[in-house]
Amino acid sequence: MADKTFQVKVVAPERTFYEGEAGFIEFNTTEGQVGIYAKHVPTTSIIAPGVLRIHEAEGVKEAALLSGFVEVLQDSITILAESVEWPDEIDANRAKEAKIRAERRLNKEENDIDFDRAELALKRAIVRLLLAR
Amino acid sequence: MQITKAMKLVSTVKLQHAKQKAESTKPYFNMMYSTVCSILAKTSNITHPYLVENGNPKKMVITITSNKGLAGGYNNNVIKEMAAQGLKAEDCEIYAIGRKGYEALGRKGYHIFKNESDIINEPLYSDAINVSKEVLKQYVDGEVGEIYLAYTEFKNTVSQIPHVMKLLPIDVSALEAQAEDAAKTLMEYEPEAEEALNEIVPKYMTSLIFGGFIEAVASENGARMQAMDNATNNAEEMIADLSLKYNRARQNSITQELTEIVAGASAIE
Repeated sequence: MADKTFQVKVVAPERTFYEGEAGFIEFNTTEGQVGIYAKHVPTTSIIAPGVLRIHEAEGVKEAALLSGFVEVLQDSITILAESVEWPDEIDANRAKEAKIRAERRLNKEENDIDFDRAELALKRAIVRLLLAR
Repeated sequence: MQITKAMKLVSTVKLQHAKQKAESTKPYFNMMYSTVCSILAKTSNITHPYLVENGNPKKMVITITSNKGLAGGYNNNVIKEMAAQGLKAEDCEIYAIGRKGYEALGRKGYHIFKNESDIINEPLYSDAINVSKEVLKQYVDGEVGEIYLAYTEFKNTVSQIPHVMKLLPIDVSALEAQAEDAAKTLMEYEPEAEEALNEIVPKYMTSLIFGGFIEAVASENGARMQAMDNATNNAEEMIADLSLKYNRARQNSITQELTEIVAGASAIE
């Protein structure tokens, strides 16, 4: 199954982040983790913070994909990423700080207003740290 | 003339940068646009708040101009275009980005909702996120009924076109016409289309606003480059004209002096 490849395009606001052929691709959506082979049913879904894994013929490329949405067609997949980073672009110290900040905010019980935001920030930080190592 | 020439060179360099940036951001916006088109084409009969007018006559206009002058008609054209599109001072709230537009619109009696002029010096994607969040909140709260973006589209170095674009509510019929082909492929949505719209429309707006920033910066420098080129040419013309006049006047005075001396000498004889 993996011998069939398809076009992968990851576009960020400031640049075309990645363009190439892949046999399999994994990422996180709001509905859960998904993996996509060629000839997938056309789908549009929303990205949740997670690791993007592009399985190319030569190996696997990883990146931190934090927000955006994705359009899957039978022979191609386009990820419109608001925020995406290669591992060597991640600032580990910043992510660590962000993680601690988000955890503190989550532990304080009174301010439930920003709960979603803090949780999202925590997720982003965890993904970044996971890849930065 | 030295100054105008120097300014022209500076804006030429800045234009190169801005142009490059505009080009590297283009794929994202084209993708965003076509995706939103195809989603809306498929979900034509839903009454989502982002697609239906809420009846409030107030309009929010995000006006992108420059912070510095000496760019020819650049800032003025944006404001003229706003008037031409029927955005009157009474029913507009201005989200000003760019000091020149902020000042000019304030003088004309527009109500300024907010002034975020620093953005345009170095526009970031996060700025666009903030702006779109703020205006969306106004829209969702019912404070304003429509959201417009007034900016200058960068066609090429010599042509910049002021543009007023309606961001919300999204004009579904216009988008549908362009998305007919896209609609033919059956698309599945995770989550459902309506929920997806909640996520995608703000992103769509952010990307349009960011695109507006980037194009406006390129346009500003293009306009300034042209204005300075004209100024240099005018100065050259003026210098040629003035030096001709100066030489004539000098010749005149010499001739006059000579005739006076000759006349004086002949009187003594």
